[in-house]
Amino acid sequence: MSKMHIKFRLNGQEVEGLAEPRMLLIHFLRENLKVTGPHIGCETSHCGACTVDMGGKSVKSCTVFACQADGAEITTIEGLTNPDGTLGVLQEMFREHHGLQCGFCTPGMITRAHRLLQENPTPTEEEVRFGISGNLCRCTGYQNIVKAILAAAEQLNSHKEAAE
Amino acid sequence: MKDEVQSPEERSATLKGMGCSRKRVEDVRFTQGRGNYVDDIKLDGMLTGDFVRSPYAHARVLSIDTEAALAVPGVLAVLTAKDLEPLGLHWMPTLAGDKQMVLADGKVLFQGQEVAYVVATDRYAAADGVAAVEVDYEDLPVVTDPFKAMDPDAPVLREDLAGQTEGAHGPRRHHNHIFTWEQGDKAATEAVLAEADVVAEEMVYYHRTHPMPLETCGCVASMDKVTGKLTLWGTFQAPHAVRTVASLISGIAEHNIRVISPDIGGGFGNKVGVYPGYVCSIVASIVTGKPVKWVESRMDNLMSTAFARDYWMQGKIAATKEGRITGLWCHTTADHGGFDACADPTKFPAGFMNICTGSYDIPVAYLAVDGVYTNKAPGGVAYRCSFRVTEAAYFIERMIEVLAIKLNMDAAELRRINFIRKEQFPYQSALGWEYDSGDYHTAWEKALNAVGYDGLRREQAERLEAFKRGETRKLIGIGLTHFTEIVGAGPVKNCDILGLGMFDSCEIRIHPTGSAIARLGTISQGQGHATTFAQIIASEIGIPADDITLEEGDTDTAPYGLGTYGSRSTPVAGAATAMAARKIRAKAQMIAAYLLEVHDDDVEFDVDRFVVKGAPERFKTMKEIAFASYNQAIPGVEPGLEAVSYYDPPNMTYPFGAYICVMEIDVDTGEHAVRSFYALDDCGTRINPMIIEGQVHGGATEGYAIAMGQEIAYDEMGNHKTATLMDFFVPTAWETPHYTTDFTVTPSPHHPIGAKGVGESPNVGSVPCFSNAVHDAFRPFGLVQSHMPHDHWRIWKIAEDLGLHV
Repeated sequence: MSKMHIKFRLNGQEVEGLAEPRMLLIHFLRENLKVTGPHIGCETSHCGACTVDMGGKSVKSCTVFACQADGAEITTIEGLTNPDGTLGVLQEMFREHHGLQCGFCTPGMITRAHRLLQENPTPTEEEVRFGISGNLCRCTGYQNIVKAILAAAEQLNSHKEAAE
Repeated sequence: MKDEVQSPEERSATLKGMGCSRKRVEDVRFTQGRGNYVDDIKLDGMLTGDFVRSPYAHARVLSIDTEAALAVPGVLAVLTAKDLEPLGLHWMPTLAGDKQMVLADGKVLFQGQEVAYVVATDRYAAADGVAAVEVDYEDLPVVTDPFKAMDPDAPVLREDLAGQTEGAHGPRRHHNHIFTWEQGDKAATEAVLAEADVVAEEMVYYHRTHPMPLETCGCVASMDKVTGKLTLWGTFQAPHAVRTVASLISGIAEHNIRVISPDIGGGFGNKVGVYPGYVCSIVASIVTGKPVKWVESRMDNLMSTAFARDYWMQGKIAATKEGRITGLWCHTTADHGGFDACADPTKFPAGFMNICTGSYDIPVAYLAVDGVYTNKAPGGVAYRCSFRVTEAAYFIERMIEVLAIKLNMDAAELRRINFIRKEQFPYQSALGWEYDSGDYHTAWEKALNAVGYDGLRREQAERLEAFKRGETRKLIGIGLTHFTEIVGAGPVKNCDILGLGMFDSCEIRIHPTGSAIARLGTISQGQGHATTFAQIIASEIGIPADDITLEEGDTDTAPYGLGTYGSRSTPVAGAATAMAARKIRAKAQMIAAYLLEVHDDDVEFDVDRFVVKGAPERFKTMKEIAFASYNQAIPGVEPGLEAVSYYDPPNMTYPFGAYICVMEIDVDTGEHAVRSFYALDDCGTRINPMIIEGQVHGGATEGYAIAMGQEIAYDEMGNHKTATLMDFFVPTAWETPHYTTDFTVTPSPHHPIGAKGVGESPNVGSVPCFSNAVHDAFRPFGLVQSHMPHDHWRIWKIAEDLGLHV
């Protein structure tokens, strides 16, 4: 099958490669670009382990063709660590509040939470629960994930206030 | 010195030892997407394997044409049973003493069964190859009902067993019969039932479900033809056992096999078994000379690897009219699918189902389990439970409720008057177990008080009256459960898997500068072993947990162990860790005494040092002792500071818990809302409360899914109806209830640190708790038993059948 040339910005860097038109974005990221933070948990867009941020929206990269990402701005979990290598606020809060166990859903979950807090910087618990309902976790029962996201929201808002 | 001004409490806090909610060391990698799961492994020239699977539940395979597939660009090989037969690998042994086809050998026995294995340059080429393999099937009559499977004229499923009247677990009495397992005293139990004031009888079905870890099963096999060494990375909950089994079935010497379990994305029992994908990948790597990766799709996972439960439990429970239980009888029909691939200790073909007397002092009991073949996927694994304990707990906790109805008694009170009393421990159960410890009454009172039980019952009664007056359409159900687990398999004298005794191990090496590395025979799948086992060592030998690296899962470096499942890591490997640490401490004591120029008996351990008795200002810290052990010639003492312990536990441990759920049920829609869920767990000594709480949240959520909607369902043709996450219910954050956790502490008397294990308790305890809440809501209208899962339709149907929709 002939391949297409694909180019996009990934975590702030230009990347490019060749992919068959049928190749899914998650496979392109993981297998061609070796960006293995986003995971594959179902391939039917139910579990959200493959969630990445594309053009300012959370997308499940198992249901996006790689060629659809051409020209896009994509952020994965790898892009959410602070530039100095320390954990970002969400990452730190997931650790602080025991919001992960096996770690398999975590990259997708944090990437989704990152976008959720852009969409709604002051969510209620109910809004967080609804906002992450496209991401499945089998280990935590979500309670500590929700706690971590609410704590991150609070921290981010207090940082913002301090900056203003 | 700063040391001298620190109190022992301050020094102890620095260690981050047992009892503190130490933050997890694993999370720094995982939160940045830097985990290393099997599908993250990429080797030069690596190929991909994928299966052609059977669309039929029962069919003869007439022919397999691979020609078109081999012509697909990128496809390098297609393996069928014919290719594996000369190697003796077209069948493989199961963990349950049966054998299983690796690739269809003349017939298929369940939908989704592996028929051919396509090896290609990448996943897309492999998928093209799979689509191009042409298989001719002749369909055969299907049997999915385990009772019909035992009809005299039922279709013969396992033709390979024709004429075999003896199986791995005793006589077979029918062509689809696998085993009968009997425990307890049948005659005495039946005599009690015959004379009892009251006998309640019920069929309790625990439906088929699936562990469904978010990461599916997979492996990478790499045969190095130069060194003759096979390296196998995989999602293995028992890497050492996999190495031994791989050696036995492949003929490759065990020292030439290295098995590595990298990070595992949840296991829950799904990753204990040996699957055709592993065997085919190894063969494909040998054939092609290249590394071969195989990772299941979600559909593959739900259709073919390791279902759980599927127990039909017919029960009878006898009691006096005052409610004292006098006997328990159970006959279980166990649906094992096409091959008996349960993961149970060899002598326990129905696992620890004989813990089904639960938390109650039942003088006499009898249990029989019949294993049966059907046209469903093989498995029967312990899905977050210790070998059928969850089936046992569901059975007894339903039977208690059924008895309460018969006696017209409050179910909390019925439990209270039948609990094994604290002073009865160690308690010998009627079905053969010695419960090590427990204090059920204290836990129960604490739980009932915490939720305000009497007030809840009053509110429930008021709601019922309002319902009857037509003022509301919502009922309240109060679900009660008191469960007793049996975990930590186990004593080698009665627990083995394929002949491998179920001990476990830990090796600790203290480095000269006083930090350490520890390796264990277990493997974390999210439990946080790297965090908690370091805490045990920190407390035992006084080295900060932050200075201890913990490794598991590489059979070339870790000591042999039987792995992580059945809540056995803390009871067995945790004990080995403490014992290895104590060996180090004993040697450190000799070194300290030498350095302090006193007799060994004149020094004592104090948090992170040895001090001279009566002269606490004279001491040697563990750091100093470690350095001396490598750098000073000490008469009569070998250099170095290392120890290994292989721990064979004297008994199982018996964690227990009291769970209470309050649920609102809409009679007209069948919808439910969990108003509160209270979980009290007693897992003995608590190593890391944060991690315990996380385990309870997660296990209870799995239990919620199982009780309220999750199932592996087949139609009569054996078609799998729940093979994607569209149909297989996994709760999101939106449906999942909020949990309140609590605890009591009854240390295990035989475990070195008194710990009992907790990972599986919440799955075991929450399923009956949610289910009992549903039943309780409809108890006033005459509901006695309704099978799980209690999805909206089934709850609506309960109300419909009770005439509540008129």
